[in-house]
Amino acid sequence: MIAVGDAKLASIVADFPILSHPTSRGKRLVYLDSAATSQKPQSVIDALVEYYSDYNANIHRGVYEIAARATDAFEAARAKVARFINAADTREIIWTRNATEAINLVGYSWGLQNVKSGDVILTSELEHHSNLVPWQLLAEKTGATLRFIPVDHRGMLVLEDVDTLLRGVKLLAISHVSNTLGTITPLEKIVPRARAIGATVLVDGAQAVPHLAVDVRALDVDFYAFSGHKMLGPTGIGVLYGKRALLESMPPFLAGGDMIRKVEFERTSFNDLPWKFEAGTSNIADAIGLGAAIDYLDRVGMDWVRGHERELVAYALERLAPLEARGLAIYGPKDPALISGVLSFNFADIHAHDLASILDTDGICVRAGHHCTMPLMEKMGWPATARASFYLYNTAADVDVLVAGLEKAAAVFKL
Amino acid sequence: MDDFYRDFILDHYRNPRNFGRLDQPTVSAEDLNPLCGDEIRMDLHVNGAGIVDDVRFSGKGCAISQASASMLTEELKGMRLEDVAKLTKEVVLENVGIGISPTRMKCATLGLRVAKSAAIGEIAGWPDEE
Ligand SMILES: Cc1ncc(COP(=O)(O)O)c(C=O)c1O
Repeated sequence: MIAVGDAKLASIVADFPILSHPTSRGKRLVYLDSAATSQKPQSVIDALVEYYSDYNANIHRGVYEIAARATDAFEAARAKVARFINAADTREIIWTRNATEAINLVGYSWGLQNVKSGDVILTSELEHHSNLVPWQLLAEKTGATLRFIPVDHRGMLVLEDVDTLLRGVKLLAISHVSNTLGTITPLEKIVPRARAIGATVLVDGAQAVPHLAVDVRALDVDFYAFSGHKMLGPTGIGVLYGKRALLESMPPFLAGGDMIRKVEFERTSFNDLPWKFEAGTSNIADAIGLGAAIDYLDRVGMDWVRGHERELVAYALERLAPLEARGLAIYGPKDPALISGVLSFNFADIHAHDLASILDTDGICVRAGHHCTMPLMEKMGWPATARASFYLYNTAADVDVLVAGLEKAAAVFKL
Repeated sequence: MDDFYRDFILDHYRNPRNFGRLDQPTVSAEDLNPLCGDEIRMDLHVNGAGIVDDVRFSGKGCAISQASASMLTEELKGMRLEDVAKLTKEVVLENVGIGISPTRMKCATLGLRVAKSAAIGEIAGWPDEE
């Protein structure tokens, strides 16, 4: 199903207008940076245009028709998110700007209320800065300490001693899929152990929800954070899932309009979930856009998405293998079963930025640098890597263009 | 951009000139490009007449940042320190020639920024923004 001729794949590719727009050099756009942000299908773009051109209005207190329509669409999008990740209750879905804000919300609201001096926050060595820096700040404010689950040379978490690592842990904050290596965290091996000792569990699912079927109840996590823009949705909208009882017990994060029930001069009673955490006018259009993105992913099917990416990774590993003799180093476990659609690499002595610039001349978009995981890069001894990341609209032909681009880079650098 | 990587650029990247550290620099500075993490340090030795008589650079990063820093060190030797402070991005662009894309301009000018910072004794602005 990764062949360009595959009917389902061809119709998916056709749904993404940007993929048919050539670059300024007249090249076909080969977009291999979906881990940074995904492209958007026409249906998502249309949902935004429709909201702004047909029923743009503020939500929740409007009595007139288009305000009611906007409110309905906004709340319907929330219900779609709840169903998509199998939350028990729509009220458990809090809109945020992105995964980063969702994680910070937990840090400031739940964290400052619950984390005390001497507590341990357990995270891992491969976290995105978004799931590391907020905990550094929380530890600094509360006197808690950070502990890290180590990664091995393949970038896999070392979980043999997980019970030792979990000793005294108040919060486990861990990513579901690594954005640098694509490695999938075996949450089933660690979350039940964390729960058994009474730890609260937050999962950074920014790279998981777009690519795998995620069931927050089966995972039994307390908090789960992700961003709309990496899953075909617009930028500026993200999600915090939280178990209802926990969310009920937490103080508000930001204060202002929409999050209140009754305001007097001296005091305020707060609104019900989820609005208690949604101060001010929400990002109505982009929430509706994310709803359209979920409709799209539902139509395609997350099992298809996962299967497609596995095939692409397997094909890419096979096509890239001959270049390893010429100095191509591919990082991570190199096993399509263990990673999502992400490959990080370096090529001989070509710096990742030079590689990305050369690939760019052929319309190939890859990311180069530390991918917001500087501690991981430091530990692995990689100053920078180039990263190709795949999504449902990528094809075997994209992999072929990447391989040809790397051949060209080898020629340019006279390898 | 691919025609940027000509032989002399690759030569400076793989065999950087004046690479290393000075034992007793008169002035030095270091900085990194926050966009990509390229790092460069420049050590300058200045004689009694105010002339740069020795220079070394060290660092790591892409071919553009390392080659343009290497070429710059060759220009710096023999210059008056006060003239180093006045250098503009043109010196780098003349060295590396055509083909730098706007997204890589900071890589090309990082070495110059560091040399200017050493000369003026505080962090200089980005030469490509002046
Ligand atoms: C694993 C992971 N966590 C968190 C984030 C942060 O996402 P955002 O920038 O949308 O908040 C990213 C985005 O790159 C990510 O890959």
